[in-house]
Amino acid sequence: MNLEKIKSDIEAAVPGCNVQIVVNGSPSGQHSLLLERQHVFEIAKFLQDDSELHLDYCSNVTGVDWLDTETSEKVKVQRLVDGVEQEVEEIRKTRSPGYLEAVYHLYSMEKKHGPLVLRQRTENRTDQINLPSLTPIWRSAEFQEREIFDLYGIIFEGHPDLRRILMWDEFEDHPMRKDYIEPNDYEYEPTPHDAVLEKSMQH
Amino acid sequence: MEMIAPEDQRTAQSAATAKSEDALLDISLGPHHPSTHGVFRMDVVLDGERVVKLKPVFGYLHRNHEKIAESVSYLASMPYTDRLDYMCSLTNNWAYALTVEKLAGIQVPERAEYIRVITAELTRLQNHASTIGFLMQEMGASGTPLMYAFREREIILDLFESLTGSRMMSNYMRFGGCRVDLPYGWLKQTEKVVAEFPRFLDEFERLLSSNEILLARTQGVGVLSKKLAIQGGITGPMLRASGVNYDIRKVDKYGIYDRFDFRVPIGEHGDVYDRFMIRLLEMRESLKILTQALRDITAGPIMDTKTKIRGFRPKAGEAYGRIESPKGELGFFLISDGSPQPYRYRVRPPSLINLTVLEDMCLGASVADTVVIFGTVDIVLGEVDR
Amino acid sequence: MLGEGIAKGLVETARNFFGSYFTKDRLTTVQYPEERLPQFEAARNFPFLVYDGGDWQAGLRCVGCQICEKECPPKCIYIEKSKDKKPDAVGKLQFYPAVFNIDVSVCMSCQICVEVCPFEAIKMDTEFELSTDDRFGGLLWDKAQLAKSNEHYRKIHPTEAAEVDARLAEEKAKVDAKVKAAAENKTTPTSPGAVQPGSGASSTQ
Repeated sequence: MNLEKIKSDIEAAVPGCNVQIVVNGSPSGQHSLLLERQHVFEIAKFLQDDSELHLDYCSNVTGVDWLDTETSEKVKVQRLVDGVEQEVEEIRKTRSPGYLEAVYHLYSMEKKHGPLVLRQRTENRTDQINLPSLTPIWRSAEFQEREIFDLYGIIFEGHPDLRRILMWDEFEDHPMRKDYIEPNDYEYEPTPHDAVLEKSMQH
Repeated sequence: MEMIAPEDQRTAQSAATAKSEDALLDISLGPHHPSTHGVFRMDVVLDGERVVKLKPVFGYLHRNHEKIAESVSYLASMPYTDRLDYMCSLTNNWAYALTVEKLAGIQVPERAEYIRVITAELTRLQNHASTIGFLMQEMGASGTPLMYAFREREIILDLFESLTGSRMMSNYMRFGGCRVDLPYGWLKQTEKVVAEFPRFLDEFERLLSSNEILLARTQGVGVLSKKLAIQGGITGPMLRASGVNYDIRKVDKYGIYDRFDFRVPIGEHGDVYDRFMIRLLEMRESLKILTQALRDITAGPIMDTKTKIRGFRPKAGEAYGRIESPKGELGFFLISDGSPQPYRYRVRPPSLINLTVLEDMCLGASVADTVVIFGTVDIVLGEVDR
Repeated sequence: MLGEGIAKGLVETARNFFGSYFTKDRLTTVQYPEERLPQFEAARNFPFLVYDGGDWQAGLRCVGCQICEKECPPKCIYIEKSKDKKPDAVGKLQFYPAVFNIDVSVCMSCQICVEVCPFEAIKMDTEFELSTDDRFGGLLWDKAQLAKSNEHYRKIHPTEAAEVDARLAEEKAKVDAKVKAAAENKTTPTSPGAVQPGSGASSTQ
């Protein structure tokens, strides 16, 4: 499947949308399309209905957690030092906020091609974590989006039944996030290896 | 293709069956019900004996397999994949190995590919045999069909044990091949098992497929339409019973499946009977593949020599690999960041996604039929909950 | 005719029932504690440590490198490396494990420790009747419980053990040849190529 062509097809069919190609460095060569949340629904509808693509089968839906990253670089800046303008080296830190990502793998059962990988990203990891749900288009996303909501905490708007699926309803955190801290509730058990042994000894 | 709004369909159907709110009864079917294959529960709303609403509840066996896998090396996840769908650990191994091979661009030697096909098809045989056995058990045929199926399953598990060292937790495949070569006499033994298996299938068909009670209980029950099956992402025998010709062995031709001559059985009605028959027919096709593979298997190495067992670090990137496991499409999605642990490790469990349409199939059915319909979905909770 | 299918099925069950008196493969049950099936050579249950010779403490092949501890998926192995060295099976001075524990209640018999061990020191046992009434202590095995002789290994996995023995003998022969060559080099520095290629093979046990 030619991603460039699909990209231009989408942009022709859904005016005003911005689709980016995310390049995948592994030998698998499964590059993906990054969609903007405003147009996701129309794009998904187009991909499903288009007679050439006809991606009627959404195989896999999954979440990915990308933590905040901090990159530091050295920059030379002109600055007044003791009245004289000098070139000073300064370390500038750029903090890019992390985000949660939902990845969809689409196939076509009729045309027997695929996969087309779609991604959508939240603004950050804390308060703006809403994404449009694609369950109304592909029913197979129903349980999988619930699972992402449960384990990653992405809130899917338009999902018919967004509840916890694997963890119990009273559970509060989202265990698949990279910064999840395990509850310290070990029973005493003389296990032979350090980490659990230490934790269990405290109880 | 027009959209099926799931909610509309459900409410329309439930309005037709529900007479008044007072007559409705909420019950929990499971988790101790013997038909629920472990720890599965359905919240069912009943109107008399008819199901008005059904919500599957699971997660009791949840151990966060994905989180564990993200904290250990690539190799160390291999034994954990055995425990996903513990009926067919060898296909789980293959799906994971296939994905890692895609991620790192590893070539598999030919002999290893043959061994993979042989073990995977044997897995399919024993899984389908015991699924049908369990289905009959749930229909009330206690014992006999299940014990016949288990008798055959045990013969295949003996083959697995002599090859991998364990009946069920095989931990056999590696990235770029298989762990050990076939022991002496294994192929002969397998040929014998494959040659004798049709006798069991004939016996099973004589025992079951024309039984009037079975026909009355299964035909026209739990119909799944073609459209809903595709939209709901149903895969495996369940999808093909609904009349969709989609078998990943044919579509992706992963491994060396393009070398074998076999057919994909397709159902017509999408009811319980079709799903039962599809499994019987698929076993016969598997036997065809096995005969060809056992005939053509070549000598040679079983491991790619360039792949390291310890300290395996694929380049940064991602890959989604999938195979046709006995239960449906089993996929793995891996993201590597160049470290020895996967950054993201995801299992696409066929059992979980096949449950999506359970409610649609069960609406309007009686409680006894619900159990039978659920039996044909063929789930293993180790995989649903992960 | 209604009931024909059922009758056909009943004939099948009858055939299996009466057939079990005549053909062995229709009667598959084994009365376990009295009767036992032979074990497969590849069968595996829990790991054990291999030692050479008669004394388990002297002959332990493990050098305490802790690779298996790191690679073990459920982390059931605990090793403490020794401070001093002692000669290993080949005769080289090596560390040894001061403590080597395996929690078999955690072990999942995956055999990865066996695969990653570069010293052929840990192998899988086939013993499966291991019930105990001590939940913690009884299932935490120490070095003394884990050590088993090479003869035991040869008995349970004959083919595999023969390969391993051949490999170890080859390595030992190489080491011996090197030692010999070094010794000869010292005594007769003028002829460095004096060692015959097969000279190490005689020392193979």
